[in-house]
Amino acid sequence: MSASGMAQNLLYNPRLPLPAIAQGYLIHEGVLTKMCRIGAIKSLNYVHPSQALQLMQSQQKGHDNSGFAMVMHDLGGIFENYKHLPTLSMAATDQGVRLAEDILHQAGFQRVMQWVPETDDRPGLDINAMPNYVFETFDYPKSFRNAEQKVKEDLLLDMRLKLRAALEPNEEGFAYSFWPDVVTLKEIGNPRDIGTYFRLWEPDTKLTAKVITTQCRQNTNYDIVRYAAHPFHLQGYTALANGENTFYLKNVEFQRKLHRGYIGFESDSQCFLYTLHYIHRELNWPLRYFKHVVTPLPFDDIEKREDAQQLKAIRQSLGHLEINGPNTIIGVLPDNTLFTCCDAKKLRPIVIGRTEDTVVFSSEVCGINEILPDRDWATDIYPHEREIVTIDEKLEVQRWKQ
Amino acid sequence: METMKVQDVTSNDLPWKISYDAHRCTLCGSCVSACSFRAIEAKIEKRRMVFSESELPEPKARFSAVPVIRQVKSVKNYCRGCGICEKICPNDAIAPLRNPDSRHPIITRCLGGDSIKRGGRKNLESAVRTLDKLRVGRISQMTDPSLDAQRHTFDILAPFGRILPPEKLPMGIGPDGLLQTTGTTPPVNWIYPVIIGDMSIGALSWRMWEAVAMAVAYLNEECGLPVRMCSGEGGVPVRLLKSRYLKYMILQIGSGHFGWNRIAKAMPHMIEDPAGILIKIGQGAKPGDGGLLMANKVAEHIQAIRGVPKTDLLSPPNHQGLYSIEESVQKMFLSFNAAFKFRVPVAIKVAASATSVSVYNNLVRDPYNIVGGLFLDGIDGGTGAAHEVSLDHTGHPIVSKLRDCYLAATAQGRQGQIPLWAAGGLGKTGDLAADAFKMICLGANGVFTGKLILQMAGCVGNDQGRCNACNTGLCPVGITTQEPPLVKRLDPEKVAQNIVNYFLAMNTELKKLMAPIGNSSLPVGRADALIATDHAVADKLQIQYVC
Repeated sequence: MSASGMAQNLLYNPRLPLPAIAQGYLIHEGVLTKMCRIGAIKSLNYVHPSQALQLMQSQQKGHDNSGFAMVMHDLGGIFENYKHLPTLSMAATDQGVRLAEDILHQAGFQRVMQWVPETDDRPGLDINAMPNYVFETFDYPKSFRNAEQKVKEDLLLDMRLKLRAALEPNEEGFAYSFWPDVVTLKEIGNPRDIGTYFRLWEPDTKLTAKVITTQCRQNTNYDIVRYAAHPFHLQGYTALANGENTFYLKNVEFQRKLHRGYIGFESDSQCFLYTLHYIHRELNWPLRYFKHVVTPLPFDDIEKREDAQQLKAIRQSLGHLEINGPNTIIGVLPDNTLFTCCDAKKLRPIVIGRTEDTVVFSSEVCGINEILPDRDWATDIYPHEREIVTIDEKLEVQRWKQ
Repeated sequence: METMKVQDVTSNDLPWKISYDAHRCTLCGSCVSACSFRAIEAKIEKRRMVFSESELPEPKARFSAVPVIRQVKSVKNYCRGCGICEKICPNDAIAPLRNPDSRHPIITRCLGGDSIKRGGRKNLESAVRTLDKLRVGRISQMTDPSLDAQRHTFDILAPFGRILPPEKLPMGIGPDGLLQTTGTTPPVNWIYPVIIGDMSIGALSWRMWEAVAMAVAYLNEECGLPVRMCSGEGGVPVRLLKSRYLKYMILQIGSGHFGWNRIAKAMPHMIEDPAGILIKIGQGAKPGDGGLLMANKVAEHIQAIRGVPKTDLLSPPNHQGLYSIEESVQKMFLSFNAAFKFRVPVAIKVAASATSVSVYNNLVRDPYNIVGGLFLDGIDGGTGAAHEVSLDHTGHPIVSKLRDCYLAATAQGRQGQIPLWAAGGLGKTGDLAADAFKMICLGANGVFTGKLILQMAGCVGNDQGRCNACNTGLCPVGITTQEPPLVKRLDPEKVAQNIVNYFLAMNTELKKLMAPIGNSSLPVGRADALIATDHAVADKLQIQYVC
């Protein structure tokens, strides 16, 4: 799929009357998205985004070069000493920056660090740039510094939702993530030129991370909306996908009542993120049950299993979070575990290549060949339709079969 | 010549006129003996013939008495247009013709002083059905491929039973890091999304009811389709109650509680649980009215099963003693859940109404989680017997009401917790798969159907007033009668075969509808898969309008 959410047409289309949205009714034109390419790098060492650009560059015939987006977890470089403090990733107008900073200051957040990328705005670049790109790290308000972790996490979510709502009129800005140890960059244009604009092709030690997820397509079905490009991030969880979710409407109608953070729905890939967040964080179930929810086993198979009772209960109660259609999902958990799984018919590709210190997920093997040319390709993993492959902190690979 | 008596009933007052060709008739008498309504009879007509015996014309007249078949001119034994006479006549000498100038609705009331009763469905509307203004218009193509109906596997199952919201599931993480169940959940059976609707023994002939039961057993045991059948309000043969086939039956309790004496007594001997319990509050064909079984259908075996004398059996319009939804929850559901030790899901059936959403909201917010399904029955549903005025003028169409209920649940994040089952004219055009599929896309978990099953069996009735005599006990094809000679016209094995074959065809057709939208499980609530060619319908159902 692409960042091609079909959904923004419903929820962020000013032509759609608000009462219809408020009531939870939506008329939507169906999901029609294109094949895109997704990739992820997880390493024992800090990796520069140029690696992510190279990973995607060789797959460019598979996507349409309409945008670039990445989410970085486990940050190095200038962010390394601020891992416990939230970083705001935002693209905004001057007014938007003022608005956002005012809101944060008013709430008691204090800026402790700021990184403004030096941009290369040479003429002729295919990029639809915003005036400002802001990566600011804040300390918590005093009253929250000794608060429980969950209280802090809820505060961060509420702040991001507040920023998003405040910036939305006149498109003053886009607040992509506000979370410790996470940075998000999204822009519209040719990924190569976006890389040039942000000087991401030149490796340095300032902006690095041990986990980078990336994707190169903007929404090409409907109006271009920056939020629609995946990966998406919510409270430490990141997800991106290649494919479609034909149960998008069922997912959306169900998710919008599950959690205040489940908003936007500019892309069907957001549904994957929200389901992941709901299963793993809200219900506190192990990751394997995410697979049981999105691609449940057929009833005949469930009946034969020892855990039939649990699996049936899941299928019943979470039937509206099932996905159908072809897709491959890449996700990151708050502990920086990287994982992938795909639809029940394996209609979208994913391959995993690895060396001793790096694991790379990619839609096409050529991307891995580009950045891990010397690996033993015989150890590459081609996951099947009934498994989740996870990569933990030590880069140990676990293949869990549904 | 006598003075004409304008008040006399003549064949041009009746809804059907018999067309009879004396030249083709061999007077075999088959038609007269086959007409269960006694609407035709053998008579002698006086005929005048003019002839000449001489070489030059010298006309003479001769009168003779000729035996013929004639229509009975009576509002009691009038022709229903069933066409059995035409079916049986070896010479095509007789057939009923629709009489557009019929005065039947007036003279029947004038002569009888009572309301008109009949069976069948609503006969008034002739406009295009809402469901026929919908199409499956969202086709998977290109990167989101259609599935292959022949090759891929599909989960065509629907829940019967109360489903808990995920956060209420009694599950915790065990020592092995896996989910384990820490409490009980309401029972849920996953069954085929088309239930054979509630038609009682009594309304149906014993052969017909048995044929349906046979078809259901065959579909389950030989075809792998977990189709369930609802008993209707009229009891179940004790032999079936004590057999392993009980698991395919949904037992219904209506406001008359007919048959439940025997069911209750059989409980200790049951070796299987029934598939579910359906509490019938209302019925789409005659909303606000109870069941009606005319005395002439209360044969000895019906008296035995229901524990009643031979008399008109009228179920009260409401369950006695129930004055609120809360009460119905507490009394009925708890008692039935308790009777089967909370192993059997209990659902409720109501006639679709302008108030259905309120009823649904109340049920879905019930904190005890004991309502295992809402069966909504719309205006186009059929019935064995009802007052014609109820059939034709009361009720609510099912399509928008089902959608309203689904959207009401969605607005609360409660979709799926009480499964929605819809009925009322589905399969009216003969194509149940398409109707069921569209209802599922609009939010139904499944559908139920009754009238169509009768048509599979050979019912000759239709919605243009043909036959519709289920109430008389004189069903010409042996389906809704208890008269042995008529019942014997029905071959139960052939009926079962027809039903099985129809379900197999429908199952293939459901896959042919799921495949192009790329779904391997039922697209419950996937209204984005539908388009409407009518603006008002699109607006009401919240789907895309196309032209």
